[in-house]
Amino acid sequence: MTKSILSCAVARDAAAHDNPALTMDMIQTQDVAQSQVASAPLQVTRTASLRERVSVASFILPAVFIILFLSIFPLIVSLYISLSRMQFVRGGVQLTFIGFNNYAKLLFGLDQTRFLGKFGEPNIIGWLVIALVIFSQVYGFVRYFRDSRVSVIGVIGRSILALTVVGLAALTVFTLSENGRPGTLWVTLFYVYVGIAVQYGIGLLMAYLCAQHIPGRRFFRVVFLLPMMITPVGVAYMFRMMVDTSVGPLAPLWLAMGLRDVSWVNNPWTARAAILVSDIWEWTPFMFIVLLAALESMPTEPVEAAVVDGASKWDIFRHITLPALLPVSTTLLLIRMIEAFKIIDLPNILTSGGPGTATESMTLESYFVWRALDIGGSAAVAYLLLIVVTIFATAYGALIRRHVEVEY
Amino acid sequence: MRRFQPTFSIYTPRALGMVLTYLVLILWTIIVLFPLYWMVVTSFKLPIQVNSGPVYLPFVDFQPSLHAWQYILFGDLANDTRRQYINTAVVATTSTILVMGIGSMAAYGLTRFQYQPRLGMIVSFILCVVLAIILALLRVPIALAIVVAVALFVIVMLTIAKRFRRSLGNNDIAFWMVSQRVLPPVAVVIPIYVMYQQLGLLDTWAALIITYIAANLPIVVWLMRDYFATIPLELEECAAIDGASRYRTFWSIVLPLSVPGFVATFLFVLVFAWNEYLFALFLTNANAQTLPVSIAAQNATRGPQWWYMSVLVLIMIAPVIVMALLLERYMAKGLLVGAVKG
Repeated sequence: MTKSILSCAVARDAAAHDNPALTMDMIQTQDVAQSQVASAPLQVTRTASLRERVSVASFILPAVFIILFLSIFPLIVSLYISLSRMQFVRGGVQLTFIGFNNYAKLLFGLDQTRFLGKFGEPNIIGWLVIALVIFSQVYGFVRYFRDSRVSVIGVIGRSILALTVVGLAALTVFTLSENGRPGTLWVTLFYVYVGIAVQYGIGLLMAYLCAQHIPGRRFFRVVFLLPMMITPVGVAYMFRMMVDTSVGPLAPLWLAMGLRDVSWVNNPWTARAAILVSDIWEWTPFMFIVLLAALESMPTEPVEAAVVDGASKWDIFRHITLPALLPVSTTLLLIRMIEAFKIIDLPNILTSGGPGTATESMTLESYFVWRALDIGGSAAVAYLLLIVVTIFATAYGALIRRHVEVEY
Repeated sequence: MRRFQPTFSIYTPRALGMVLTYLVLILWTIIVLFPLYWMVVTSFKLPIQVNSGPVYLPFVDFQPSLHAWQYILFGDLANDTRRQYINTAVVATTSTILVMGIGSMAAYGLTRFQYQPRLGMIVSFILCVVLAIILALLRVPIALAIVVAVALFVIVMLTIAKRFRRSLGNNDIAFWMVSQRVLPPVAVVIPIYVMYQQLGLLDTWAALIITYIAANLPIVVWLMRDYFATIPLELEECAAIDGASRYRTFWSIVLPLSVPGFVATFLFVLVFAWNEYLFALFLTNANAQTLPVSIAAQNATRGPQWWYMSVLVLIMIAPVIVMALLLERYMAKGLLVGAVKG
């Protein structure tokens, strides 16, 4: 099923060879289509007849209205709800505007330990890390002002990015130090980034191995595809059985290691690990299938030339295969990143967010807060998630564009 | 075509490499298959066989029993299960078919025609609708709110909006549509909940179908747009010269040509809709509850009864897996076509 993603990835790939300026980011893939449109004789101008204009518009209007009414307007209303206290009354809802109180509660007030985490006392290494990060960001700014053309958007973008990096570093250091405890924001980022890094690694390895001419490769690719089809709820149950140390299939192993009474889901870190493992199990196939297709559609001439020149396998992989996979990989990682931020099923079933709130993701926190009937608070958590995803996706896009342009 | 056959002959490993390759591949196969195997085995176990510690092989370690299957399919839970199964199937397939239609039409429009919506018009339209919604939330009668908003929109269109002539292009529209996927569903689910409550749609098929269409539209537009861009224009030009309408060209020429991409996208979206959890959790109670929600709820009501759970999960994933296995080969072909044309 993901073949189609890869079919676009491949198409995009081909386009990239023709047009070096084209980088592989979601936003820019559209250029391929656009260049066709420009030359298309089917173009519709403003002088076209009414009937023509209606039929052309009717292709796109249903989609526009659906997105407007189910994404854009709810998003705006949601912003308003997150700034109010909302109650369900008979026949509707009652909204009381309370300004930024919901956000203040999450960031500085009662729910701070849940959302941001509990701040501990960093040791000397922690302070060093924070100082180093701040220094690197300041240095980045100095270099930017000295070396390149300064623009308003550039300064704003860089400031947001620098603040995010420093804030993230501080949050990590403070919540992971002695007496500290990471909150849902940090845990969500942990799931997303550790998860996709491992998925990409395993996916790439398996794709590389399956791209070789070996007997039985068809079997492997079908099997490796399976986990992605399974509903995340089912995956969560499966892994609850797997990590059960008394009746699970691995129980004898735990017993042999003297861990009979140690339960995965009672310790914050092992519980997070369990969720991470099931997430990796479920989504590695996605990376695998796209990377495999990209590998198989790669032209073989450069590899053959390298072999003739006596390059080692590692050299070929490092200098030919990896650069060729770079465009597809950046898109792939972006898609996974966006989807991974929405994680809710796995922690909800596997641990119910526990012990305490240790394994809650932001979406799950939003759901629990909603269930506790604090609807404004729930909308505030959701909005913060939206802001986080947007910042990270935009920063990723900007960074990638810079680097890919440099390399091509 | 031949160039795109996997010709990795120089990658064919030597003996030692072969052994290592197989070791790694088989290890990952075991990691992938073992949880599935365990679930299948568990579904045939009696409660006592589960609770007294792990047993692994049916007929060797323990005597398999069909009690869990019987209970779920014909026993006390049969009615619930059947209803939820029908809910899931109807909601997932209907929403997928609709979203494929709407999404691929939009994607086609965006690759073949040029749209130039005016910025001023869009902004004033959005502001007026938001005004109507807020008036409605403030308990102004809905009819009045709509009339006020429409009147305001017309006034703005006739006066201020004419000054802002800047228009957007196809790329802007496409980016706007695709970027909706970034939106976490939880950020929009509360207003959607209130909206369905007002419309009396909560806990119905329609609510879920409409929501899934919106949630999956970005994927369809994105994938199909790339696919349509690889289809040559000549045939459509011929059709246009022969006097076919745009709909007819799309339906009888473009769609048949893009079947592989269409099938792949269809399957992708179907899996998303089939497994969707968050919207179903918020928007349904009993009548329209889908399988993921009901399976998740088993946990709370009865504690972990692994044997029933396994059966439920298995019957839930069976159709999707069968479909994926059947269509895998078909899609591989589609991929090659796309690759050559790209």
